[in-house]
Amino acid sequence: MESGISKLVVDLVSVAFEERGSKFQALAPVTMATEAGRFVSLIGPSGCGKSTLFNVIAGLLPPSSGRVLIDGEDFTGLIGRVGYMLQKDLLLPWRTVLDNIALGMEIRGAKLRDARAQAMPYLARYGLGGFELKYPATLSGGMRQRAALLRTLLIDTDVILLDEPFGALDAQTKEQMQEWLLQLWSDFRKTVVFVTHDLDEALFLSDEIHVMATRPGRIVETIAVPFDRPRDRSVVTTPEFARLKQHCLKLLSASHAIEDAA
Amino acid sequence: MTVSPTRPGVVLSKTIEAARPRRARRLPVQKPWPAWRIAGVQVGILILLLLAWEGAADSGVINAFFWSQPSAVFHSLIVFCVEGDALIDITTTFEETLIGFALGTAIGSMIGLSFWWSRNYAAVAQPFIICFESIPKLALAPLVILVFGIGLASKVAIATALTLVVTTLTVSSGVKAVDPDSERLFYSLGASRWQVFRKLVVPACLPWMISLLRVNIGLALTGAVVGEFIASQHGLGREIFYAGSTYDIALVWVAVLVLSTLSILMYLAVSALEKALRRGVLH
Repeated sequence: MESGISKLVVDLVSVAFEERGSKFQALAPVTMATEAGRFVSLIGPSGCGKSTLFNVIAGLLPPSSGRVLIDGEDFTGLIGRVGYMLQKDLLLPWRTVLDNIALGMEIRGAKLRDARAQAMPYLARYGLGGFELKYPATLSGGMRQRAALLRTLLIDTDVILLDEPFGALDAQTKEQMQEWLLQLWSDFRKTVVFVTHDLDEALFLSDEIHVMATRPGRIVETIAVPFDRPRDRSVVTTPEFARLKQHCLKLLSASHAIEDAA
Repeated sequence: MTVSPTRPGVVLSKTIEAARPRRARRLPVQKPWPAWRIAGVQVGILILLLLAWEGAADSGVINAFFWSQPSAVFHSLIVFCVEGDALIDITTTFEETLIGFALGTAIGSMIGLSFWWSRNYAAVAQPFIICFESIPKLALAPLVILVFGIGLASKVAIATALTLVVTTLTVSSGVKAVDPDSERLFYSLGASRWQVFRKLVVPACLPWMISLLRVNIGLALTGAVVGEFIASQHGLGREIFYAGSTYDIALVWVAVLVLSTLSILMYLAVSALEKALRRGVLH
């Protein structure tokens, strides 16, 4: 980093909901710094506040305290600064695949014609060639996720949040999509924060994994993933991979044990 | 202690017996008739009914003064078309219905869509809409005639009132059904409210509006005809009312027949429109 400033900094962000008088701490003060161009994953049990944290970073939820800094600038509570892909693909059924992908650019001020022209080459390059004028209903789950991801990547932001994008896919499609995502990531050079339940997925994709725990949602440990890039699928069979997975599992089950005791 | 009729052994043996299949059956299959045969039977039934009506009136089983009879109705139809006001009556009713339908659907849709902009405004408006919905609007028809006169405007007003509320309620359900996750996606992309409205809310509600078209054309026609009953110079409703009050029952049937034909034709036209729109909007 020539400037010495992290791309994305979550600075002591906490979220509490008031519900019928009683306060519910969804997220304890969380701090996380991500360097430009890194691929970072968040893993943790459901209810650990991963999605809450994403909503805060995307500006969709004002935090109870703390700030979100991008390139050192305060973007807390502001929308449109980061790309956000939700679990569902959320493709609009009345738009063609091409127009769905162009939506992001269109919303950011481009004319639909220009947005289409700009998106067109990417469809062919990233496995959606021939589907440009099809409607989402005719696409398979994997294809739909590709379209949703391209929609997110083609907007002019350098930080992308992906909330379990492959959660609903079958194992084989999932692996293909992971490799496809790595390809895109290395082509687009964006900073990615990725939420998943799948440890193998997190280890295969990430430079860094934040392990989270519940009640209140918090980061318990940050693990560096040392594998070289570009990664080959065979990395999942190495002893180092197994050791890291074992370590993550232990962290996750420890947080479960505390939860059960409570 | 007496012997219980439900001793386990008895129940068991009965169950086994019942479980054993006695006979294999053929799957019941219905052979569908070809379309021409179904149509033929339908026409046959219609002719039989008309003949029975004619015969019953001729033989005095039913009073032809109150019920008229097909031959008289046919004669009356010819007179109505050749010498009577057929054309002007039909065009009057058609015009009233169409304008009321268009106005009610358009204004109702706009009101329904407007609820998206403010939850507070929607909450304030809700009881008024439901009140207006629960008023039997046709009961207000005499008032509407007083205010809007006996011309086109009053019938259009009644037809509009009938279609407007249904449309408002349905479209506001459509607005509520817009996926909140899609909305979040739009906002995460940095969309303005206007962009969310135009690119998400309106297209998402279009199917709801399209499904209203067929309902609304029928309601608009009802509104127009009831308006004509009360006070008007032309129209099929007025024709029915006039014929009834002069005991010209054959003419009542003629007007009802023409009105039904008009209704069916408009229904078919709107169905075709709906189909075309669905092809354009939904895939």
